[in-house]
Parts: sequence; structure tokens; C-alpha cells
Amino acid sequence: MEVGPGKFLLTSVDDVARWAQSSSVWPLTMGLACCAIEMMSVTDPHFDIARLGSEVFRSSPRQADLMIVSGRVAWKMAPIIKRIYDQMADPKWVISMGACASSGGVFDNYAIVRGVDTIIPVDVYVPGCPPTPDGLLHGVTLIQQQIREGGRGGILARS
Amino acid sequence: MSLSTTPLTPEVVSLEGNSMVLSMGPQHPSTHGVLQLVLEIEGESVVRADPEIGYLHTGIEKTAENLFWSQAQTVIERMDYLAPESNSLCYVLGVERLLGITDRIPKRAERIRVLFSELTRIASHCVWLGTHSLDLGAMSVFFYTFDLRENILDLQEAVGGARMHPNYLRVGGCNGDLPEGFLDKFDTLLQKFPGRMRDLRGLLQANPIFQDRTIGIARLSLEDAISWGVTGPSLRASGLAYDVRRAFPYTGYEGYEFDVPTRTEGDAYARFLVRLDEMEQAHRILTQVRTQLEEPGPVMIADTKVAAPPKETIALSMEALIHHFKIVSEGFRVPPGDVYQAVESPRGELGYYIVSDGGNRPYRVRTRPPSLYNLQAIKGIAPGNLIADLVVSIGSLDPVFGEVDR
Repeated sequence: MEVGPGKFLLTSVDDVARWAQSSSVWPLTMGLACCAIEMMSVTDPHFDIARLGSEVFRSSPRQADLMIVSGRVAWKMAPIIKRIYDQMADPKWVISMGACASSGGVFDNYAIVRGVDTIIPVDVYVPGCPPTPDGLLHGVTLIQQQIREGGRGGILARS
Repeated sequence: MSLSTTPLTPEVVSLEGNSMVLSMGPQHPSTHGVLQLVLEIEGESVVRADPEIGYLHTGIEKTAENLFWSQAQTVIERMDYLAPESNSLCYVLGVERLLGITDRIPKRAERIRVLFSELTRIASHCVWLGTHSLDLGAMSVFFYTFDLRENILDLQEAVGGARMHPNYLRVGGCNGDLPEGFLDKFDTLLQKFPGRMRDLRGLLQANPIFQDRTIGIARLSLEDAISWGVTGPSLRASGLAYDVRRAFPYTGYEGYEFDVPTRTEGDAYARFLVRLDEMEQAHRILTQVRTQLEEPGPVMIADTKVAAPPKETIALSMEALIHHFKIVSEGFRVPPGDVYQAVESPRGELGYYIVSDGGNRPYRVRTRPPSLYNLQAIKGIAPGNLIADLVVSIGSLDPVFGEVDR
């Protein structure tokens, strides 16, 4: 961006699109386990995800940009997560929140998928069991950074 | 009460009537997790509701069999993630009974256990109240309750290092004494609590919208509640004053003054009132614990077969070093036997049936999760209500799916 001689602000459509997109990453209301409670905590007054423009949790995958896989993914739940991901409109991002979603965590057994990245692509992994809300906020800022730096996103750069 | 066990599919529903089959969940903002309800509806009315569970099945009981007695506590705390201390307390009490050391637990450790058991009750009810009112469209209650919950999580973080699963209560006592500055934070919370409760009651109790949505909705009769095995606030709202803390006291609860709040209406509003009263009773217990905490003392049993010796002795004593090494590398052994231990978790009677074969790992840890039994009642209370009231029914039973599916 540059300020022109007659007080004009010159920029490209793509930059504006990326700026707008990165400032309104709307997460999907999809709580799985313990991490879902910390995901709810980021909306509370102590952490206030609204500062990042992501306080609008949408219950419909059609309206959501960001899927936060918040907790352990059981084999019974895996096809549903895949379907919800497929229902989300492009461009879309995924945060794998916590040890269980990222790798299965302490649950090395028959019931848990060893990492949600075996069924859907993941953009950011947030470590912790569960991660603190600060950790999740950092994950959201990393998504925003990806969008602004020309990763996937922006109306002209649909992936 | 419709108790048919045939699976509800569009084919089994008669095409002649007006009924249809609707699936609610498992991804739904108001099912408090991953519950799927298969509904038979006629217009807006629910004819039959079949809960489908297992979407969060984690195999925690099986995993616990592969871990040391003390390690198993880590996964057990993750069952009911809204009340981790209730889970670990129940497990720890059970293992202590198997070990035969129940009478030797230091007084101060028991007080700290009561402290966290009640703190976690308030924190859990805070999440319930916030999400329940959010389901009904009251946004601001959520902010008030989560603010209060944050203060409690700060206390958990202070003792355990983790906000939600501190793993602080251990077999034989607690993991270290309360840290410096803890009691000041605790005092602040105790002072803040009554005012915050007044705010919450002011926002909801006499609110006509809230009353319209909850009074007379999801009514559960006492007979039904007992036959479904419902416990906790949901049972007490139907009129039976059954509280494990009173009926089978544990960890020194017989020494505290508190009431067991009950109502007789058995509807969603009664459950709301009972839970709010419970939060105030928890505060009453916490106030009594606070005065007792002035008295210093050990917080861990002095038995090197169960608890690692204090850190400062390891460098000085060969014996202490050996005991420490044994505890860390292979855990402690528990004599063969079985035990059922129950505690009053925020959701009701939480029980663990623990079997030991004499080894350093549990042979079996079977859970009696209150949420599972409470959730069964949805089959009885949902029919006849509107679809919109299903959200109230589920919310007022307060299920936690980590515990239901475990």
C-alpha cells in the first residue's frame, strides 16, 4: 500500500481482500472434548477473541471459515468431521487444537484417531492438553498471518 | 413413556401419520458436545427421542489398565473435563481404600481435597449456567459465569500448573502444599462470589423469558428419576435429597455444615434453582475450609511405599533415593481386591469400581458416570415437548460427553 499525492490510498484488490479475510476468520461451533471448553473460554472477557475478529462462532459449516478441531477424535466421529469439513465453503482453514487432535495424545488405543490430519488437512497445530486460550489465540493469529502473507485466501486466490 | 428399542429410521415411522424422522447432532451447538438425537416429530412436537452416544468414545478405562496406578489418574481426570478434581478424588479414594491407608491421610490433605472438590463444583456449574442460558438466548450470563470460572482456573493453575487438569490430588494426599499467594487469591474469590451470585440470580431467576422457557418444561417425576438411575441436582430437583456427601461421607465431609437443596417440581427451572443453591452451599463449605487451612501440617502420607520421599531427602539418604527411584520407575503395588467408591460430582453420583490383581497397574477401572444415567432420562422427558424445548431438556440435565462416552 502507498499513499498517493492527492491523499489517495493506492492498493491492490488482492491486498484488500486478504486484509478483510484475515480480519474476519469465523470459526465453526464444533466442540469435541476438553479443548472445547478452552475454545469457549477464548470468547470470555479474559481472553476476548473479538479483538481478532473471530468471535462470530457459526453453527453452520456453510458460514464458517475456520474449523477448530477441539479435542480427541473418536473413530465414530471421524467421518462426521470429514463431512463437516467438506461442507465448509472454500477458502477454509483448520486448527488442530491440543495433543489429542494433533497426534492422539495420551490415548494410544483402539478408539482414537492418531491425529486429525489423517482425515483432513491441518494448517496450524496448537500444542497442550488442553492448550491455554492464549495458545489458541496465537493459533488464530498464525492463520491470519498466513492469509496476509499470500497463503491460501483472498477472493482472487481461492484454493 | 416410550421405551421402544427398535432403531428409529424413516422406514419404521408410519407414513400415514404426520410424523417424520429428524437427526439432531452430533455437530449441534446445543447438544453440549457430541450427542446425536434421532427424533420422531409431528409438526413441532417430539414424539420420540433416541439418544445416540459414543461419538467421543476414548477408551479411557482400557487405557488406564496399561498405566501405573498414579499415571492412570491422568487419563481419568479427562473423563469429566468440567470437574476433573471430582474424578481424581474418587479414583484416589478408591485406591487408598484398596491400599488400606484411608485412615492415615493427613488432615490438611483432606481439607485441600474438599476445597478443590467444591471449587470444581462451582466451576462446573458456571459452565453449565453459561451454556444453558446461551442456549436460551441470554448471552451476558455466559460472560459473568466464565469470568468466575477463570478465577477458579487460576487457582487450579497455581497448584498444578495446568488450568483444566491440574492432577493435584494424589494417592496418599496432595502433590505439595498450597503455593505462596494461593490463599490470598482464594480469599478474593470467596469475597467476590456472593455478589456474582446475586448478579446471576438477578439476570435469570425472575426473568420472564427464562421462566417461560423453563417452568413446566422437561418435567421429570421422582419415580421416573429413580427408575432411570438419575442422581445429582436432577434427582434433587425432583424431590429426593440424595447426596453422596451426606449419605456416604468421604474425605471429611461429615465435619462440614451444608444443606442439600431440593425442589419438588422436577422441571428445568427447578434444576436451575437447585444448582444455584448448590453453588451457594459450595461457597459455604469453602468458607469453613478456609478457616481450617490456617492450620499447617503435612499434605502427603509419610509412607515411602506409596509416596515418593521429599525431594530434599533424596540427596542425603540412600534409602530415600531407592524409594524415589522405585516409585518413579515402577510405581507402587496395590494388594489384590476390589472396591466401589462414590463421590458427589457436580452431575451426581460418580463411582469407580476398581479391581487390583496385586500389580502396579489397575486390573480394571469401571466408571459409573452420572451423565450417562442422567442422559437416559431424555428418552422419557423429551416426548410431548416442542423441538425448541429439547435444547432446554438437554441443557438442564447437564451431560458431559467425555464422561458419557469415556
